[in-house]
Amino acid sequence: MSVKSFREALNEAMRDEMRRDPTVILLGEDIAGGMGSGGEQDAWGGVLGATKGLMPEFGRERVLDTPITESAFIGAAAGAALTGLRPVAQLMFIDFFGVCGDQIMNQMAKFRYMFGGKAKTPCVVRTLYGAGFGGASQHSQSLYPMLTHIPGLKVVIPSSPYEAKGLMTQAIRDDDPVIFFEHNTMFDDKEEVPDEPYTIPFGQARTVREGKDVTIVAIGMMVGRAKAAADEMAKDGIECTLLDPRTTSPLDEEAIIASVKKTGRLIVVDEASPRCGMASDISAIVAEHAFDALKAPIKRVTPPHAPVPFAPNLEKAYLPSVDGIQTAIRAVMGVK
Amino acid sequence: MKIDKQGLLEGYRTMRTIREFEERVHKEFMTGQIPGFVHLYAGEEASATAVCQQLGEHDTVASTHRGHGHAIAKGCDVKGMMKEIYGRADGLCAGKGGSMHIADLDVGMLGANGIVGAGSPLACGAALSAKTLKTGGLSVSFFGDGAFNQGTTAESMNFARVYDLPVLFVLEDNGYAESTSSSWSIGGNNPVRRAEGFGIEGTRVDGHDYFAVYRAAQEAVEAIRSGTGPRFIHIEFTRYYGHFEGDASSYKPLDEVKDERRYLDALKFFRARTTGGGMLKIEDLDAIDKEVETLIDASVKEAKAAPPPDLSTLTTDVYLSY
Repeated sequence: MSVKSFREALNEAMRDEMRRDPTVILLGEDIAGGMGSGGEQDAWGGVLGATKGLMPEFGRERVLDTPITESAFIGAAAGAALTGLRPVAQLMFIDFFGVCGDQIMNQMAKFRYMFGGKAKTPCVVRTLYGAGFGGASQHSQSLYPMLTHIPGLKVVIPSSPYEAKGLMTQAIRDDDPVIFFEHNTMFDDKEEVPDEPYTIPFGQARTVREGKDVTIVAIGMMVGRAKAAADEMAKDGIECTLLDPRTTSPLDEEAIIASVKKTGRLIVVDEASPRCGMASDISAIVAEHAFDALKAPIKRVTPPHAPVPFAPNLEKAYLPSVDGIQTAIRAVMGVK
Repeated sequence: MKIDKQGLLEGYRTMRTIREFEERVHKEFMTGQIPGFVHLYAGEEASATAVCQQLGEHDTVASTHRGHGHAIAKGCDVKGMMKEIYGRADGLCAGKGGSMHIADLDVGMLGANGIVGAGSPLACGAALSAKTLKTGGLSVSFFGDGAFNQGTTAESMNFARVYDLPVLFVLEDNGYAESTSSSWSIGGNNPVRRAEGFGIEGTRVDGHDYFAVYRAAQEAVEAIRSGTGPRFIHIEFTRYYGHFEGDASSYKPLDEVKDERRYLDALKFFRARTTGGGMLKIEDLDAIDKEVETLIDASVKEAKAAPPPDLSTLTTDVYLSY
């Protein structure tokens, strides 16, 4: 056990799996860096440094820098996964799903089903998401609901370094395509993380804190904000349960429903756009299965239905805040 | 090649404005007051400048994440650009876009772009508008060596060819797509031949040489205006700074970086050539330098003092029915 950053946790998971299984390869833009140049090799280690050091250990045969051709190398990851390799491809930002959507949505997601169960597609697409760093409209989106919508994909959104390592290890060992979301602003988050490999199963929510009054479901970066809000409300005697679903596909519906049946109140905190987002989806599930338990209307805490703005004050107002979550908690409790 | 004294002075002013703008953004970025990330065009000035000097009011340009130079050369307001980079209410995009999304449709600047390879389809669309509406305009797609490998670029070159669209494809090759060498990433390592594969005539020029770019761009634009469809120019030059501010460029070999500003500087070449041959006076160029410096300094001061956007604008300019 030692304190590790989100970046280090991801790096360890990939390194350990590459040591364990020679069919695991990495590919993506500048995941080592310096390809074809006369300067430093491994100059970048990926745009936020999560793959640094892996090319020197495993060589360019297993750590492949690619031209800026998302359709080609994400598609190649799908093709390689069908035929014996276990690729981990980095789609630098999930916004670039717009460039290579076909290979993810119509190809890798569909093989196993469409080929009558004969195919395995063990690949991971690592991708950055989320606002808060001035990346503006084309580098800050939280598009996980779009990917969650597509049958055949597994969608993972770790909320901390510990979660990142265990879920990445699981993702690489999984035989289905996994879209692995990493928040743009969380790479320097730190906590105790075991040194040895471990897995966290998909579809099992984590109970971050327990309380009798309100169930909060929060996703990714929002877990930290929801915890801060819940801890603050505890000082006023309002006790919240906070659930981190970890994966939106598969989604741990049972844990969410069971918790709402106990508390009678639900808040979903989601960084994605409000329409057709996870907040809407989870709200619908609870309305369908725990309607009778509800003591107050469900609250969704999301950004407004707008692109992510550039100016820092607008971007701050865009993101769900600790204050905003506390307001929602008071609202479902009927207190001021 | 046709250019008069006035054209030369304008060209120099544009190049100097781009250089000064970028050097200043580089400096100010380090103070931490500029949000997000910026990609600087310093070292690449001759391309945007000499290409855009061939263009008029009906012509459009599609740009890249490294778009400040294209914006300045196409006539975007420099003060409005600086305010945008600082995220201010009266920035060119009301503070909503930032460095990577500067656009001004009034001057034919279709936008910097955060998506590598996204510009060429847009340029084809603008060329389709010009052709259909018979404006006489053409469209330039500036794109980098990274974008040259994207499917969208290849698809656009084919689309422009089959419809003989008035598009000038300008490959701006600064040697590196992020940290990856273009001599490796461009398979076959012969961009002009790739363009010719689409039936598009192309030429390769030294982008540190304003006159070489000017000549190639003038010839290509004249051909496009004559109705013969798309053309291609491969411009090679040097990016002085990293992929983005904060990138140390350690992937560049030291001997390559060492003297690049001394030996690979379009502005220095321009001064030597125009003043050495008696075409322009050193005093005239010095005077431009001073004026530009004053303009950029005022831009930064005004940008810093300008108010941020009103919070109510968070949900304007987007379709909302709830």
